[in-house]
Formats: sequence, structure tokens, C-alpha cells
Amino acid sequence: MLHTVNKSPFSSDALNECARFASTGSDILLIEDGVYAAKAGSAYEPALKDVVKKCAVYALEADLKARGVTALVPGVKTVAYAGFVELVEKSKVHTWL
Amino acid sequence: MSDEMDNGGGENRKKIAFVMRHAPHGSIYSYEGLETVLIVAAYEQDLSLIFAGDGVFALVAAQDTSAVGIKGFIKTYRVLDGYDVNKIYVDRESMEKRGLKPEDFIIPVEVKEAEEIAAIMEEQHATIPY
Repeated sequence: MLHTVNKSPFSSDALNECARFASTGSDILLIEDGVYAAKAGSAYEPALKDVVKKCAVYALEADLKARGVTALVPGVKTVAYAGFVELVEKSKVHTWL
Repeated sequence: MSDEMDNGGGENRKKIAFVMRHAPHGSIYSYEGLETVLIVAAYEQDLSLIFAGDGVFALVAAQDTSAVGIKGFIKTYRVLDGYDVNKIYVDRESMEKRGLKPEDFIIPVEVKEAEEIAAIMEEQHATIPY
């Protein structure tokens, strides 16, 4: 299953809840303000490192670039829009609003 | 939609879970989620409702919106049973963090651990966020 999160972890519990309810081995894609979770050196980094141990975590390149997020938490993979489409095609999707 | 959901259940019956994560009055999510559940229930699909995060506040029986001038919808949850919607799950951690107990809720619920909710979500044909 693919889970998408579009909220910053500093303003919303969406990613925390997503991580709790995502099955081990599922995919999590960070988009829009969700990509702030992937920023290396933030207070959320330890939490995201735990998420990376449980799930495959992706961040959308265009949203990272737009927000100036360059250094990423280790283990987070970047995807372009084509990769986003591949993830969506692969499985069911749940969006954490 | 008619190809996927024949109005009468049968072999095309789909498992659909609504994941309710928003408090009832601060945004429209909670109200619209419940409205959508009732609409989909008319198609006799196999529905589950999952309450997590602030979504658990939506079920609090003691809500009385008369003083804030908006129409409350807490009593509407009672009609779900009449539509055979009785898989009502509440995330234990969300409930306990917010100082709530099952007795606080307007309808009977099944309290679940995060791993159980993850499994319920995986077995659905579709999950719908509200």
C-alpha cells in the first residue's frame, strides 16, 4: 500500500499517524509540505529515521526543490513525477489529509 | 461507478474503510465524512469506519453545539447501525491520549491497536480519508 503525506510534521500529526498505521514494508511518499519531514538536521530527523526502518520513504523532487530542501535524512529516496506515477500504479493509495 | 458498485451488494460488494482523523467542528472533514459514509452505505458495500487522531472526538456523546450556533451531527452516528454499518474501530492510542474511554462515545466501538488498524486498511478495496 502507498501512503501519501502532504503536511509538515511540525504543523500536523498526519505523518506520525501515517507511520503508525502503515504496514511494515509499505511505501510512504512525502509531497508538498510533507517533504519538510525529509530535511536532514531537523528535530523530526530521529522520528523519520524510525519510519525509514519500517517503510520505504520517498520524497517528491519538485517539492523538495521548490522548498529548498537539499540535504535529506539518510534512507529517504527521491522520486520525480514519473516515479510518483509508478508508485501509485503499484498499489492502493491512502492519503493522510 | 455503477459497474463497480451494483446497488444491492452481491458479488461486487467492496470493502471500503473511511479513515476519520479530524475533530468534528473545526473543519468540514468530519461532517462530510459521515455524509459520505451514509451515501455509500446506501449501495450496501462492506464498510468500516476507523477513528484516529482527533477523529475520535467526533464520537463524543456529550457534544452540544447549541451555544455556538451550528447544527451538531453527533446523533447521526446512531443511524449507522440501521444501514448495517457496525464495523466501528477506534485507535486505542488516539483515544487514551485524549483522555477518552469507550463509554464516552455515542455508539459502540471496537478499540484497536495500530497494527490491527494497519491490517484492516490493507484488506480493503479502497480507503477514504476524512
